[in-house]
Amino acid sequence: MNEEISKDLFQIIGPEDSEAEKIARPRISYFKDAWRRFKENKIAIVALIVLAVLVFMVIFGPAISGYKFEEIDPSQRNEGPSARHWFGTDKLGRDLFARVWQGGRVSIIIGLVGALVSSFVGSIYGGISGYFGGRVDDIMMRIVEVLISVPYLIVVILLTVVLDSKSMFTLLLAMTITGWCGIARIVRGQVLQVKSQEFVMAAQALGVRPWKIILHHIIPNVLSVIIVAITFDVPGYIFGEAFLGFLGIGIQPPNTSWGVLASAAQSMYAFYPYQLFIPSLMIALTMLCFTLLGDGLRDALDPRLRK
Amino acid sequence: MNNQSEKELLVEVKNLCKCFRQGKSELKAVDDVSFAIRRGETFGLVGESGCGKTTCGRTILKLYNATSGQVLYKGKDVTRPMSGEELLAFKRSAQVIFQDPYSSLDPRMTITEIIGEGMDVHFKYSNAEKQRKVSELLAKVGLTEDYANRFAHELSGGQRQRIGIARALAVEPEFIVCDEPISALDVSIQAQIVNLLIQLQQDSNLTYLFISHDLSMVKHISDRVGVMYLGSLVEVATSKAIFARHLHPYTRALLSAIPTADPEFEASRTRIKLEGEVPSPVNPPSGCKFRTRCPHATELCEQQQPQLVEANPEHFVACHHWQRLHESAQGVSEC
Amino acid sequence: MDKILEVKDLRVSFHTYAGEVRAVRGVSFDLHRGETLAFVGESGCGKTVTAKSILRLLPSPPAEIKPQAQILYDGDDVLKMDRKRLQKFRGNEVSMIFQDPMTSLNPTMTCGQQIVEALVLHKKLNKQEAKEEAIRILRLVKMPDAEKRFSSYPHELSGGMRQRVMIAIALSCDPSILIADEPTTALDVTIQAQIIDLLQELKDKLNTAIILVTHDLGVVATLADRIQVMYAGQVMETGTSREIFYSPKHPYTWALLSSVPGLAEHSKQELYSLKGTPPDLIMPLKSCPFAARCEYCMPICKRQMPQVTGLTDTHQVACWLQHPYAPLVEPSYERGVSNE
Repeated sequence: MNEEISKDLFQIIGPEDSEAEKIARPRISYFKDAWRRFKENKIAIVALIVLAVLVFMVIFGPAISGYKFEEIDPSQRNEGPSARHWFGTDKLGRDLFARVWQGGRVSIIIGLVGALVSSFVGSIYGGISGYFGGRVDDIMMRIVEVLISVPYLIVVILLTVVLDSKSMFTLLLAMTITGWCGIARIVRGQVLQVKSQEFVMAAQALGVRPWKIILHHIIPNVLSVIIVAITFDVPGYIFGEAFLGFLGIGIQPPNTSWGVLASAAQSMYAFYPYQLFIPSLMIALTMLCFTLLGDGLRDALDPRLRK
Repeated sequence: MNNQSEKELLVEVKNLCKCFRQGKSELKAVDDVSFAIRRGETFGLVGESGCGKTTCGRTILKLYNATSGQVLYKGKDVTRPMSGEELLAFKRSAQVIFQDPYSSLDPRMTITEIIGEGMDVHFKYSNAEKQRKVSELLAKVGLTEDYANRFAHELSGGQRQRIGIARALAVEPEFIVCDEPISALDVSIQAQIVNLLIQLQQDSNLTYLFISHDLSMVKHISDRVGVMYLGSLVEVATSKAIFARHLHPYTRALLSAIPTADPEFEASRTRIKLEGEVPSPVNPPSGCKFRTRCPHATELCEQQQPQLVEANPEHFVACHHWQRLHESAQGVSEC
Repeated sequence: MDKILEVKDLRVSFHTYAGEVRAVRGVSFDLHRGETLAFVGESGCGKTVTAKSILRLLPSPPAEIKPQAQILYDGDDVLKMDRKRLQKFRGNEVSMIFQDPMTSLNPTMTCGQQIVEALVLHKKLNKQEAKEEAIRILRLVKMPDAEKRFSSYPHELSGGMRQRVMIAIALSCDPSILIADEPTTALDVTIQAQIIDLLQELKDKLNTAIILVTHDLGVVATLADRIQVMYAGQVMETGTSREIFYSPKHPYTWALLSSVPGLAEHSKQELYSLKGTPPDLIMPLKSCPFAARCEYCMPICKRQMPQVTGLTDTHQVACWLQHPYAPLVEPSYERGVSNE
C-alpha cells in the first residue's frame, strides 16, 4: 500500500485485449454439473447405495443361502430366523432367505422393465403429440385421457383371462398397456416448453429437418425429465405387481415374488410375523429408495436450480 | 450515397396479413403491411410490444405461414408453397438473429455444434473444414478459438448474441432479420453488437430488417424506418426524415417519450404524453387504430382507417390529418 | 439535507461451487432525505445486490455480507436489527419495487388485496379503512378507474398498470426510502415515459428519497439528483447529475455516456464501444477492475487500487488519472446530443 509510486508508472498503455475476454471458470458440461450436484445430496447417495446392495442380493442371494428357493423340507416348517435359515422358513419348510431374493428378482425386473417400456412408449407418443401440436395433439391427448380413466386392475384381470396365462410377460403387458399415459403427458408438456424456445425456431430457420430437430434439440432437452419420470415410475410398478400377487392374480408357484410371499404369509401373520414382515420391508425399502433417488435426480438435473 | 432506386429490390412485402386464432377470437397481428427493402440497406421496423413487428419478421422468413398477402424475395413469391430445394435455398439466403440470448442457443450443444448445424444442412464440409470455418466465424464476431468447445451457459449475454450472429452467418446469407437483437443487453454491449452488425454489413453487402423498440439504435443503424402500431404501418420514411420531419402523431409521441442522457434538456422540456393504454390487438378500435390515444382524432378517424399515402418523395404516412398537423407544426421546433 | 441512510464499506460475497463470488467490494455512500440517488452500471456491477442488501433481501447462504459493513438507517444499523425491528423496517420505512411487475405481483390475489395487505400489516388499519386508503393510493399513482382496478387481478392489467400497482404497494406506508430496481426496463417506451413522469411527481409530492438502480442513462438524467457509477462491485465515480453528465472524470463513465446513440448522430458511424466484458467476480482484484478495458490504462492501474479523489463536496472519482503524476487527459467521447 505504501509502495514508492514513481512517475514512470503513469505512462498510458491502453487496454489489454487478451485479458478482456477471458473465461475464468473451468469448462463444465450439463451432465457433469448435474452429477456434481447429485453427489452433494447425501440422502440420494444413500438411496443409491442401498439399491445397489438390494440388486446385488437379488442376483446373488439365492446362491449365497445354500438352499434352493423351491426346496421343500417338511421338518423345518415355520421356523423363525436362525443361524441355519437367516430369514426363517415358510409353511412348507422352504428357506425364506432364498425365496425373498428369488422373489425380488421378479419384483425388481417387473418394476424396471415395466417402467422402461412404458416410458419408452410414452415418450415417443408424448413427443410426437407435443411436437406436431394442433389436430394431431388434440386427438392423441383425448385418447390418453380415455385410457387413463380405465382402472388398470380391470385391464389386468381381463387380459389374464383373455390370454389365459399368468406369466411375467402377461403381467407386464397388462400393467404397461395403460401405464405409459402418465409419462406421455409429462413428456408432451416438456416438449411444448422446449419447442417454444427460440433455439428450436433458429434450427427451423436454418432449414434443419423436423426429425433432426427432434433428435438433436428436443430429446436431449427432454431427457432429464424422462429419466426422472422413469425413476418415479418404478415404485409404482413394483407395488402394482406386489398388489396383484397379493390378490393371487400375479405370478404363480413355484415362481414367487414379494407380493406373493406376503400374500402367503398373511393368514398366519399373528403367529409368524416375520414371514409377512420381511417381504413387505423389501417392497417398502425398494420403493422408498427409488423415490429418493428420483428426487435427487430431479433436483440435480433441473437447470434452474444451478447456483 | 448511391442512387437508391437503382439498387435491386431484395425483399418486397405486399399487403401481408398474419392472423392468429385464439379460441373464438382472432388476433390480427400483422394487418395489411407493405414495404420494400433494397439490397445492402437496413430497414428498421419500430414499434412497441404487441405492434406485430416480430410477427412480421418471422412471417417474412416463413417461420409463420402468412394468412394472406405476398412476400417477394428476389422477385419470387415465397408465401406460396415451394419445393424442398427452393425452400432450402431461401432459408440459406434469408436468416435470423433472435432477441433472447438465453433461449436462442441450445443449452446442450457446444458452440461448435451450434454454429456448425447450419453448415451441415447446406454445405458438405469435412470435419476439419468445418472446424476451420467455425474458427473463422468466431474471429469475425470478435471471439477467440477457445470458445469453440464451450457451452452457452458459460458465456455472457453479449457473447451469446455474437454466437447467434455467427450461426446466422455460417450459411452465408444475403438477408438477415435482426429480431430485437440488442434489447436484452446492457447499453455498452449493445454498442458492440451494433458496431459488429454494421461492419459485417459493409464487409459482405448484407441486407438487414432491424426490428426493435429502441428508436435511438434504430435510427443509428437504419437507412429507412417503418413505424408500426397494432399491426399496421403508420409511417415509412428514411431514417433522417422520420426523426427530423415526422408526420404521424404516434411517431411524434414515440420520439418524445425517449429519455435522453442530458439532464438540463430533460428538465426544460415538456414531453408529449400519450394518455391511456395500448388497446387490445384482439379488439382494435374501428377506423384508425391510434385514434383512442391520439390528441387530434376526429369523427373521420373513427369511421375510416387511413391508408399509407406518399406525403413527400419516399415518405409515406397513414393519417387523415397529416397535412393539417404538419402545417401547424411548421416553425415550431419541439419534440 | 440530513442523511437518512449511510452505507459504510459494504462487501457482499456469494458462495458457489466454483468459488467465492465477490459481488460487492467495498461500497460506501450516503442518502439524504428526499433526494434521488441513482446506481448506474452494467449487469453484474453489483448495483442490485447493493440495493437488496439494504433490505436484507439476499438469501443468507449463499450470500454473505461481510461483518465490517454497516448500513445505518437514521442511526440504526440494519444489519444488526432483530426480526421484529426488521419487519417494521421493511415495507414500512424502506420499500422496494422490482423490474418485472408480472412476476413480482401475486397472481392469485387482486391488486387491491395486495395493497391492503401492506396497510393492515404496517399501519394497523381495519379492512374498510385499508380499502379506502388503497383506492386513494391507486388514484395517487394515476391508475385509471381506481375503484374498479382494486378488484382486478395482475394478469388483467397491462405492464404499465402493474407497475403502478407495485408503486402503490411500495408507497402505501409512506416510506422514507423507495428502492426502485430497474422500474422501467421491462416497459414500452411510451409507458416508460408515463411511469417516469409519475415517479417525478410522487418524488415532489411525498418527498421520498429514492434509490434508482438502472442501466438506462436517459431515465437517470430525468430523475436523479446524484449518481453513483459502479463497475465490478465497486464505485468508480459519484457526483451530482450535472457533474456526471457534463464533467465526468472516470474513463468508464465516459464509455457509458458514449455508448448511448444520440438522436442527432450521423447514421451508421461507429458507436464508441468498449471491448471485452466485465471481469468475472470470482477473481480477487487488487488493482483497478476496469484496467483491462480502459483506454487510458497505466502500469500503476494494474498494480494498485486507485485512491478516491474528492473533486468537490459532491464529486468523487476513483481513478489514477487524478494523481498529480498522471498525464492530463481530455475525454475523447462525443456525448450523444439531444434532438436538434
